[in-house]
Amino acid sequence: MELCELTIHEMNEFIKHKKVSAVEITKSFLRRIEKIDFTIGSYLSVLGEDAVKRAVEVQKRIDKGEVNSYLSGIPVAIKDNICTEGIKTTCASKMLQNFVPPYNATVIKKLLEEDAVIIGKLNMDEFAMGSSTENSYFKLTKNPWDIDRVPGGSSGGAAAAVAANLTAFAIGSDTGGSIRQPASFCGVVGMKPTYGVVSRFGLIAFASSLDQIGPLTKDVTDCAIVLNSITGYDPMDSTSLNFKYPDYTKALVNDVKGLKVGIPKEYMGNGLDSEVKTAVLEAVKVLKQLGAQCEEFSFSLTEHAIAAYYIISSAEGSSNLARYDGVKYGYRAEKFSDLLDLYKKSRSEGFGTEAKRRILLGTYVLSSGYYDEYYKKALQVRTLIKNEFDEAFEKYDVVLGPAAPTTAYKFGENADNPLGMYLGDIYTVSANLAGLPGLVVPCGFDSKGLPIGLQLVSKPFGESTLLKVGFSFEQNTDHNKKARIRGELEYGI
Amino acid sequence: MEYEVVIGLEVHAELSTKSKIYCSCTTEFGGEPNTHACPICIGMPGVLPVLNKKVVEYAVRTGLATNCHIAQFSKQDRKNYFYPDLPKAFQTSQYDIPICSSGHIDIEVEGRTKRIGITRIHIEEDAGKLIHDDQQSASLIDFNRCGVPLIEIVSEPDMRSAQEVIAYLESLKAILEYIDVCNCKMQEGSLRADVNLSVRPIGQKEFGTRTEMKNLNSFKAIVRAIEGETKRQIEAIEGGADVLQETRRWDDVKGISYSMRSKEEAHDYRFFPEPDLMPIVIDDKWKQEIEESLPELPEVRKKRYISEFGLPNYDASILTGSKVLADFFEEAVKKFENKKAVANWIMGDLLRLLKEKEMEVEKIPFPAEYISKLVMLIDKGTISGTIAKKVFEKMFDQNRDPEIIVKEEGLEVLSDENTLVVVVKKVLQSNSPSVEDYRKGKQRAFGFLVGQVMKETKGKANPKIVNRILKEELEK
Repeated sequence: MELCELTIHEMNEFIKHKKVSAVEITKSFLRRIEKIDFTIGSYLSVLGEDAVKRAVEVQKRIDKGEVNSYLSGIPVAIKDNICTEGIKTTCASKMLQNFVPPYNATVIKKLLEEDAVIIGKLNMDEFAMGSSTENSYFKLTKNPWDIDRVPGGSSGGAAAAVAANLTAFAIGSDTGGSIRQPASFCGVVGMKPTYGVVSRFGLIAFASSLDQIGPLTKDVTDCAIVLNSITGYDPMDSTSLNFKYPDYTKALVNDVKGLKVGIPKEYMGNGLDSEVKTAVLEAVKVLKQLGAQCEEFSFSLTEHAIAAYYIISSAEGSSNLARYDGVKYGYRAEKFSDLLDLYKKSRSEGFGTEAKRRILLGTYVLSSGYYDEYYKKALQVRTLIKNEFDEAFEKYDVVLGPAAPTTAYKFGENADNPLGMYLGDIYTVSANLAGLPGLVVPCGFDSKGLPIGLQLVSKPFGESTLLKVGFSFEQNTDHNKKARIRGELEYGI
Repeated sequence: MEYEVVIGLEVHAELSTKSKIYCSCTTEFGGEPNTHACPICIGMPGVLPVLNKKVVEYAVRTGLATNCHIAQFSKQDRKNYFYPDLPKAFQTSQYDIPICSSGHIDIEVEGRTKRIGITRIHIEEDAGKLIHDDQQSASLIDFNRCGVPLIEIVSEPDMRSAQEVIAYLESLKAILEYIDVCNCKMQEGSLRADVNLSVRPIGQKEFGTRTEMKNLNSFKAIVRAIEGETKRQIEAIEGGADVLQETRRWDDVKGISYSMRSKEEAHDYRFFPEPDLMPIVIDDKWKQEIEESLPELPEVRKKRYISEFGLPNYDASILTGSKVLADFFEEAVKKFENKKAVANWIMGDLLRLLKEKEMEVEKIPFPAEYISKLVMLIDKGTISGTIAKKVFEKMFDQNRDPEIIVKEEGLEVLSDENTLVVVVKKVLQSNSPSVEDYRKGKQRAFGFLVGQVMKETKGKANPKIVNRILKEELEK
């Protein structure tokens, strides 16, 4: 077995017992990237020599016994909307193709403090707007399970890289499902934590009130390990939450007896692929056998969540993306006649279609005369959705459902149908609107051999509950094992 | 037809907090371009704002000093527009729930007191500065001012003349200085005012269409702009044209205003709640702490000067109009009874010299006790009033104790009768034509002779004694 196929906790064992060095591990990933990322396309930039140098430093500390972190010497790749000092951070946009941040995001600082080794930056939908990574200005990322299919999005590069063993784990961001849906499409574990538990400082904003950074990993144990490292109060982020953060690895307990699980019947109805439905119901059966109490309930606002989400996220996005006007930030058009022309040309040439669509939508819903009808109404729906979740969590510990209505689709299949693409976010956006944590774990494959993800959502700060359920499910099924790609896949190059 | 002008003001005051509103950069004025700037205040991708608590405190101070209601819960909003001095392309401000609302201040115009309503006071961030380089035909941006905290103080349309506007601004400026939230230097842009103005026939209840005038950098410019705009609007109405609702830019050099943008061209700012910041909560305890920390305000101090020191209303107004001046005055009269004389010296010679030398009140070059010492020297008859003026100038220029100046330079009044008799005799001898005139009954000649004696003694002679001796000698 190759080193790069291991989980964080497996690698940590090897490192701890000096069976392999951080340098060997990093090199193993770099070799793999060189070999197959030409096909997968998950990376936008790879830190070859710099990563090796860093691994050498880290190994020196390990040799001195100075480091005692799970992440010491573990390679990590970062979605390209998270600022890395001295390393290009493009948001997969022409707008920022030359942007090199002079500072590190808080989450990067934390990873570096734990001696993780950053090996590269990952592809994504431009400014995290999209669900297939097809909106990247630079390239397509292929789904490692079928390279004719999308990896999901917007953290498509992250999910594909983890699935194809191109990194030990990845850090992504989730505004409406951007970690969970690609995790589902690529058969990896992905978590969007509670809003406010991971600092957003250094995350290039799409929709500030919805964005949340989270991990994509090979199993639930790794997810807990990474959460321990990246969560915590940050005075640089006013929306960061100051409380006593738990040790998430303590939640890795194989026990769901008495757990109350609610399944929104609206999540299991029209529009849901039958094979996905079957897999989710199978998962429910497993949990029941393990002693959980599962029942259906009605989440009546499901159909309004998408509209509220797209109004709020586009409104905030239109404002957050306004700074890319060619003056201080962003691509600047070569020829322009005056200031207005500079703005128009730079923004027309610098943004892709989907970003423009959302900027227009967001600008429209905030305009005077339309604000009350759209933006304000959407905020009201958001409050109602929160309330409906509050009610549900009075009865249930977790809300269970599919992560996406389908498995990975083919390139171009939804590209000309933005509304269809938006509807694919139906099961994930509610957690963002309500600020709740959501975990996606593999729960089987469809008949085409594509992975299916199971989504678990809990009340705020319920990460430990989610990890416990996810861990138990993982321990009592072979879905995770089957979803781990071993050896060299024969990619049709 | 007789017209009435209706004016409301939007005043922007830069807060004198040490650091900026959302980051730890200094707010200091000046500095090489772009040296007081960091990723946060220049809105670099990925950064987040953290509200400076002092900014809220200063806004609350201002609100309490202007009798405002303080909101227990308020929020910040984004005001979206594109301009090169605004790197984020939105200004973080407050839209529908400002920190302070429904206040007032009282102003005095021609002896009458008038109450001017304060609609609201909210916090916001300043933008950068554009510098146009004509030689390179380029525009440069200095981001130093980005994120400097501002409060915007919006008045009701309660003012009816330029005089009232200036009285309001003077009062507001005094309050801001007293409570130490703004240094109010208009020339550095730390206090800026936009004038909303309309005219209507006297007796008409409805307001006319208003314009907003920007770029007013001094009180004088404000007065000229109000006069110019009032005239322009009346002429438009009389000429049968409409006054258009628009924003205009005042050119103080040319003395005219230009239309910047019409109502139709006005920005749609697409305000919405700033999602990166939490609501501002001001609980009763905090509010009370701030209230208790407020100093005596100008209005109260003025009343005290009248009742406690027996100063006339005018003197009390001038002295308390500036906190520095009032503090200086109080220091000078701390152990001294002749308060009116000290007030006269401050309002007269001191302010005159400061103005002549283009110095600010903060820069008074000598300690306050020197003024009381000077007045004491006059009161005791040690020096004459004429000499005192000269001593004052030396005191100002050299920061020397007046007692020492008088002693070292021998400026004491000459009261020795024997000496004076000799001087008088000498003057009478050499001015026989005037002596003749006096004897013929020309009183003017007496004054001339007194003057000659004073000249002979370099102004030091005691005028009372000179008068008496001169009369005695002439009558001989």
